Amino acid sequence: MSRTIPRYTEGERRNHWIVAISFVLAALSGLALFHPSLFWLSNLFGGGPWSRILHPYIGIVMFLFFLVTMVRFWKHNRLEARDRQWLAQWRDAISQDEGRLPESGRYNGGQKIVFWLSVICMFVLLVTGILFWRAQFGELFPIWLIRLAALLHALAATIMIMTIIVHVYAAIWVKGSLRAMVRGDVTAAWAKKHHAAWYREMTR
Amino acid sequence: MSMQSSLDIQARSATTTPSPSVRKSAAVAKLIDESKCIGCKACQVACMEWNDLRDEVGTNVGVYDNPQDLSPNSWTLMRFAEVETAEHNLSWLIRKDGCMHCADPGCLKACPAPGAIVQYSNGIVDFKQENCIGCGNCITGCPFDIPRISKKDNKAYKCTLCSDRVSVGLEPACVKTCPTGAITFGDKEDMVHYAEKRVGELKERGYKAAGMYDPKGVGGTHVMYVLRHADTPEAYSGLPKDPQISTMVSAWKGVFKPLALLGMGLTAALGFFHYVKVGPNEVEEEKEEA
Repeated sequence: MSRTIPRYTEGERRNHWIVAISFVLAALSGLALFHPSLFWLSNLFGGGPWSRILHPYIGIVMFLFFLVTMVRFWKHNRLEARDRQWLAQWRDAISQDEGRLPESGRYNGGQKIVFWLSVICMFVLLVTGILFWRAQFGELFPIWLIRLAALLHALAATIMIMTIIVHVYAAIWVKGSLRAMVRGDVTAAWAKKHHAAWYREMTR
Repeated sequence: MSMQSSLDIQARSATTTPSPSVRKSAAVAKLIDESKCIGCKACQVACMEWNDLRDEVGTNVGVYDNPQDLSPNSWTLMRFAEVETAEHNLSWLIRKDGCMHCADPGCLKACPAPGAIVQYSNGIVDFKQENCIGCGNCITGCPFDIPRISKKDNKAYKCTLCSDRVSVGLEPACVKTCPTGAITFGDKEDMVHYAEKRVGELKERGYKAAGMYDPKGVGGTHVMYVLRHADTPEAYSGLPKDPQISTMVSAWKGVFKPLALLGMGLTAALGFFHYVKVGPNEVEEEKEEA
């Protein structure tokens, strides 16, 4: 057995997966209402009206649990000089030339970008979503604001979905990452390879 | 809400392939001659009767508008405005409000539910409530603030231009009942000619700014007005001067829709082909031992 290093507590994992599941549901129901060619996705939720009814509630669950995740990981995601260097060398990062990359702490530059994009998108999605949640707020807001909100909601959702595709792909590509969020720990070798600075900190 | 045959649908909401359209009917139009309107509200009553709708009895707030606004049960409404059209010249401008049946309908553009809004080849824009999901995007898309969502069933309602009557060769109920002939109905071409004649007459009578309201920003409408003060349509309880589908709505439902799907699809494809190219990023065994 190789040595392992704890990365996520049970609470952190549970929270992450609630956000993940509600994100998938919100994304699928949202896409159903976004593009005609994806309207069939509404069948997963019991039809068009049910998709329309459920989508905002799913979104609110997602946002609330995301808030917890955000607060927990905020301090680990401050962008540092080495992260900027990491990002400048993104070509090395995706071509298996990790040796040439600067050391990363608990998160690398790419992960931090995913974090901050998620934070921005989540807040935009919540605010704009409330602005055109007609079943709850009817005609409370001026029409120009509702129109702007609808456009921004779609924009933020698109960026969010693309970000999460990258996030999920990274977890599939970088072997040994998924267990951090499933079992809570990673191998020492994994930590050393991908997050050398964090590894030193954890094994001091 | 119509029983009109589905053989002549020109546009259908949230649908990317052509709708049944082998038949082609001539464009129709309702012309409302504001100069002949006496504000009797017979059109409101006829609309209620024909469509079998009863709005709640409201309260008198000191103006003639009754009910106060369009609703799921009131698809047309007389709006009364007291306006000083010239110095010391108070005018009582009465406008029959309701769906304008745009050639380029913002409601249909914004609707995410396939077939909840259709446009027949004669130009009538109709809501099919059985397909409506109750999101309210039609309100967001409409440049005239017409559709209303019912609190009872969460479906959107508006004037159908009596598509059921028109499909069997009858005029809309409001047209039939109008006692002064202020509302007329027929082929759009004929209605335009008639409107031009009326505008000429009004100009002779001294209404220099008389004109027809058939706004080009929404491709023209199948409900048109003859206005004595066509230079200031806003004076008629806020009839927009140059209505068009909001840039926000056309961006959201136009260029952004395919771009967003492309962006998401490309991101997923890039990921997949990246994996195919470089393979998994694994931690080497020897390091595992270290």
